[in-house]
Amino acid sequence: MQLHLQGLTKHYPGVAALDGIDLDIASGELVALLGPSGSGKTTLLRVIGGLLHADQGRVLFDDIDATRLSLRERNVGFVFQHYALFRHMTVAENIAFGLRSRPRARRPDKATINKRVQELLQLVQLPEHGGRYPDQLSGGQKQRIALARALAIDPSVLLLDEPFGALDAKVRVELRRWLRKLHERTGQTTLFVTHDQDEALELADRVVVMRAGKVEQVGTPDQIYHAPASPYVFEFIGRANVLEGRVEQGRFQSGALQLDAAGTQDGPARLYVRPHDLVLSEPGAGALPARVRDVLRLGGRVTSELEIGGHARLLEQETFDAGAAPALSVGESVHLRPARYRVFAHAE
Amino acid sequence: MSSLASPSTPTRNRSPLPGFGLSLGLGMAWLGVVVLLPLAALAVRAAGLGPQGWLRALRDERVHEALKLSFGASLAAAVIASLVGALVAWVLVRYRFPGRRLLDALVDLPFALPTAVAGIALTAIYAPNGWVGKLLAVHDIKVAYAVPGILLALVFIGLPFTVRTLQPVLETLGREPEEASASLGASRFTTFRRVIIPELLPAWLTGFSLAFARALGEYGSVIFIAGNLPYKTEIAPLLITIRLEEYDYNGAVAIAALLLVASFVCLLAINLIPLLFEKKAKRNG
Amino acid sequence: MADIPSSPLRDPLQEPAWLRALLIGAAVLSMALLVVLPLAMVLASAFGDGFRAWWAALAEPDALAALRLTLFTAAIVIPVNAVFGVFAAWALTRFEFRGKRVLLAFIDLPFAVSPVVAGLCLVLLFGTNGWFHALLQEHDIKILFARPGIVMATLFVTFPFVVRELVPLMQQQGADEELAARSLGAGAWTMFRRVTLPNIKWGLLYGVLLCGARAMGEFGAVSVVSGHIRGLTNTLPLHIEILYNEFDGTAAFAVASLLAGLALVTLVLKFWLEARHGDALANSHRRH
Repeated sequence: MQLHLQGLTKHYPGVAALDGIDLDIASGELVALLGPSGSGKTTLLRVIGGLLHADQGRVLFDDIDATRLSLRERNVGFVFQHYALFRHMTVAENIAFGLRSRPRARRPDKATINKRVQELLQLVQLPEHGGRYPDQLSGGQKQRIALARALAIDPSVLLLDEPFGALDAKVRVELRRWLRKLHERTGQTTLFVTHDQDEALELADRVVVMRAGKVEQVGTPDQIYHAPASPYVFEFIGRANVLEGRVEQGRFQSGALQLDAAGTQDGPARLYVRPHDLVLSEPGAGALPARVRDVLRLGGRVTSELEIGGHARLLEQETFDAGAAPALSVGESVHLRPARYRVFAHAE
Repeated sequence: MSSLASPSTPTRNRSPLPGFGLSLGLGMAWLGVVVLLPLAALAVRAAGLGPQGWLRALRDERVHEALKLSFGASLAAAVIASLVGALVAWVLVRYRFPGRRLLDALVDLPFALPTAVAGIALTAIYAPNGWVGKLLAVHDIKVAYAVPGILLALVFIGLPFTVRTLQPVLETLGREPEEASASLGASRFTTFRRVIIPELLPAWLTGFSLAFARALGEYGSVIFIAGNLPYKTEIAPLLITIRLEEYDYNGAVAIAALLLVASFVCLLAINLIPLLFEKKAKRNG
Repeated sequence: MADIPSSPLRDPLQEPAWLRALLIGAAVLSMALLVVLPLAMVLASAFGDGFRAWWAALAEPDALAALRLTLFTAAIVIPVNAVFGVFAAWALTRFEFRGKRVLLAFIDLPFAVSPVVAGLCLVLLFGTNGWFHALLQEHDIKILFARPGIVMATLFVTFPFVVRELVPLMQQQGADEELAARSLGAGAWTMFRRVTLPNIKWGLLYGVLLCGARAMGEFGAVSVVSGHIRGLTNTLPLHIEILYNEFDGTAAFAVASLLAGLALVTLVLKFWLEARHGDALANSHRRH
């Protein structure tokens, strides 16, 4: 089921929760809505699901305009942040709920429903749990049952609201991988909301970075990470070093550093480079002289803080090593070359 | 809880949940018919008395005495109930002793017991030939058919309110503020005075207001033990019924309206107390 | 609290033992004098003349009529307030609308109003020169000094009980389960029957319990509207008053013991609900 969002806008007193969202999602894609709180990602999810109505714009499932459809009519599989399992029903009854709630005409018979419940329990790898009650389940198990329940109605699209927010770190990672595999099996068009970038980058086919009700960038995880379209995205995803400078005739200059910045307009600008994209090199026009201030090790990762002449902020440089003697020592003078970087113009 | 925002007009609801119109409509209709309509009748009639009618009704000495008695006794009873209630709440929350659960359950008895039953029971106990009344009579202390009896009955019915408003606050208070105070060197008494009491003040005041409001309008528990002598031990609610029997509707309405206004003020106070304290905390904090 | 053998240093976190004992003693004594004693008096006086006299008082025709009227009133008032209470709680906790706060405040009104005043209001509506008097005369309907008046007075005073239990409970529980049910395609009645009702049933029971106890014990409001016609418009509490004023103490307390018994049953059920299903009740009822 393809999903098309056109010009979705929603206002609350004093704030634009959604400000003209246009998005196209292909059938079978797993898409992450990523952003900080207040970015509108949850609002967008709820509008797609029919829990909220947008002030303007349309939601289309394939060719059908679903904008005016109620929550009940929309046939979306919504998985709530705290699962919202029916506490007075067993796991099997929870999963069967959607099918049993259908009007007589469309309702499958008991045997079919039971079969489907068993299939889904198998799918989420909890085949023996049908008779249990929600309060007897762990967080991760509840999550899987909530998914099974949503899948039972054969939804047009699966919507997950911060699916792993309420779980322990370890369970979160396991469940993340599990969800990816599940998605590959079902091929269901899925949208999930998260503020955790690791989750978005690891899980999604495409990531939608949102900010203040607008879409900042849409792309594959690689594109978002290595080719951020704006300073905001660059700084929101991963870690960033920022260097002030100027662009003149397609070249970025900051102190002794000169780099190619074709495509960026002349004027004041900033250089963005990730810590692990700073490489030790020989002195030259493409390299920055720096002095090591501190070296920190965490596991296999070595982070060095370096001072650049004429800049207040310290740069971070990162390498991975297998425990050999540290590459840098405090007080050492080195040269750093940005192997991969972005230059963005900015008004003074 | 997830907020289900909808346009502010109550008639056109676009919430994903069903039944807004029906439930609001039925709820308001029921409220209107059962509660608001009767009260409106009183309000209209009271307003219709006009300044003359009011003066005539209230100039009555008997009404004065009844109102004085009702307000005075309710106030005193609320104070006593608040103190005893604080004691009981403290003991129930902070200490462990055999029979604590039983005591806890008994606190609700005055609330569950029909007022007439409480009334005749209290009278029987404290009348001059009753269990306790007998002992007190020896010392020439009169409880039943006198003001102390009224106080007793009003404290009885006010107790559940004062205890139950303090209990949850005491429970959630936790030990930390006291531990912090003690670690800074304060004596137990100082801690109590400067840390615990301020925390409990809002709830205590709420309990007090509830007890006062309840006592003001109380009828069944009091009329048996009061003696009901006009000008002496006649409470305002009783005077209302007497005026009704005399077909002096205006007189009854005047007293009732006064009591109603007093109750509303209490209700207002009860709702405002937590807000007031919040503001104070914000200013100081 | 672990008992540490007394040391010369005072525990800064606890009152000295003697003070604790004193406070506990004072609390128990006040409760005994105020609460236990009346209960004991009821039982002692009711059975003071023996079981026969107790039974005779209850089996007396006027007493039985009073019992029937009390039960009749409760049988109407409880379901009405329960059903409307559920609707009102649904509107108040599942939707946002202007005036919600005012509505909530109005719901508390009957608690703040003296029962006698409530009775007076009904007299102003249905009595001579009342707003509806002409209408009633026309259709030959009697409200005051008859059953309908008693039912209405009781409806007024028991109005808030169910709503006040359900509102904090439903707010605590949140709407997610119901939203989930709707997203899975459930109709309104299915959602209510299979999701909402099971979740609120203990809170509803609690509210119904309090409502019923109050309905059967109401005195002041009913006293004003009933007309005190023996055998016809007397509820149990009114009948007690009559017996007591006629100096028939034993009979009065015999009937009172019935209501006292009801109060005790209410307390036990309340206690049991809080202990057993405290997690299914609004937070204020959690028992330690």
